[in-house]
Amino acid sequence: MSNRTVIPFGPQHPVLPEPIHLDLVVEDEKVIEAIPSIGFIHRGLEKLVEKKDFIDYVYVAERICGICSFIHGLTYCMAVEEVMKIEVPDRAQYLRTIWSELSRIHSHLLWLGLTADSFGFESLFMQSWRLRELILDIIEETTGGRVIFGSCKVGGARRDISSAKLDEIMKKLRSYQAEMNMIGEVFLNDVTVKHRMQGVGMLSKADAKSLGAVGPMLRASGVAMDIRMMGYASYGKIGFTPVVETAGDCYARCKVRIREIDASIDIIEKCVEMIKDGPIEVKVTGTPNGEFFARSEQPRGEAVYYAKANGTKFLQRLRVRTPTFANIAPLLATLKGCQLADVPVIVLTIDPCISCAER
Amino acid sequence: MCLLGMTKTVLKNLFSGPTTERYPFVAKKFLSGTRGKVDIEIEKCIYCGICQRKCPTAAILVTKEPKTWAVNRMSCISCNACVEVCPKKCLALNVKYSACAEKPYQDSFGPEKPHA
Ligand code: SF4
Ligand code: SF4
Repeated sequence: MSNRTVIPFGPQHPVLPEPIHLDLVVEDEKVIEAIPSIGFIHRGLEKLVEKKDFIDYVYVAERICGICSFIHGLTYCMAVEEVMKIEVPDRAQYLRTIWSELSRIHSHLLWLGLTADSFGFESLFMQSWRLRELILDIIEETTGGRVIFGSCKVGGARRDISSAKLDEIMKKLRSYQAEMNMIGEVFLNDVTVKHRMQGVGMLSKADAKSLGAVGPMLRASGVAMDIRMMGYASYGKIGFTPVVETAGDCYARCKVRIREIDASIDIIEKCVEMIKDGPIEVKVTGTPNGEFFARSEQPRGEAVYYAKANGTKFLQRLRVRTPTFANIAPLLATLKGCQLADVPVIVLTIDPCISCAER
Repeated sequence: MCLLGMTKTVLKNLFSGPTTERYPFVAKKFLSGTRGKVDIEIEKCIYCGICQRKCPTAAILVTKEPKTWAVNRMSCISCNACVEVCPKKCLALNVKYSACAEKPYQDSFGPEKPHA
């Protein structure tokens, strides 16, 4: 048996924007085991429900994550609306869907950039982020914020988008799509990129299921599961089919995300076609009493919000399960047996968002 | 297989200028919908304090005696809540952000001598 060494990876590491610490047990260059530790940036946001009333907490929920912020706010609103039996107007549901998909596109572009950066392809990284900036501009124009949208509230949406603006957005998205596809081509066909991702970090379909993987990590292993299939917001009306790949390696996970960008643009197009004029919010009266589990599909996978209210204006308990937390166990399984140099790429393919995993 | 997939993009980059804004030589363009800093038309304000109660970060301080309206720029998260609730519609979010500073600072308004 050769010598085993433990190499610490993170919480501060050039490829990691997020503070997760992994103890990598290596034999020569091969990783035998990875032991994670998290808890560097716990902020106690769940406890804060006792201090912020249920309407104000939307602002906090949105700040749980800096990238999928909108969907966090949306899921929280969905939980409270269900407890209070609030019927959200159709137009608001469509707007929520459009913003969710815009946030998915910008999150996936961000991820593509970071991944290119992790294997040292700097120009590809910059091109991905240049495109992301264009999407952020659309978001800023329609919601007022770049990453913290602040456009969702209990009972509907805070802002409307005019139909002229919706058409303009659609035109812009289609023109950006050509550029995104050009970048996508490089990710999927470039020899060096393929060399770094194909056959690396394998996760079988059975493992993906039993270890509880979520999001692109799960769908890249051939499991067609996406919470959008449950039809929350207006996904039920527009019809939704998930993007699935079967290989289960880093390349498949990258491919799922690239294809999801196209799928998101199609979803936005359907929403723009189907959206009708109408109110964007209903008046919220009274206080919530009851409990509910709300689920939604974030760019990184399924998020679960459990809200329990007791008839006062403060919730009694809020529990958030973020996708990254669910993906840590499958990540450890994929790290076993990989080469040390592949660790950054594999870690990035779960699209880690540790800040939201710790809340 | 493709070896030089980025060639087209690289060539395009060679002949076009930089994508980034040349700030501060070129002024920053703000988008029309941006939520920047909160502005008040103080003549219209009736000092009712509704905005203060609805602000999620307690950034606003309104006093009736003396008549002052103040906002802590660093606490404000530009959420638009105060703008939505003001009965006199005297608040608005400007597209420009508030200035950077080293310490928290307050902007006070009012006919009488505003407190610091
Ligand atoms: S809600 Fe409007 S009128 Fe009332 S204190 Fe605030 S700014 Fe003045
Ligand atoms: S914009 Fe929001 S945070 Fe800022 S002062 Fe108004 S209510 Fe408070």
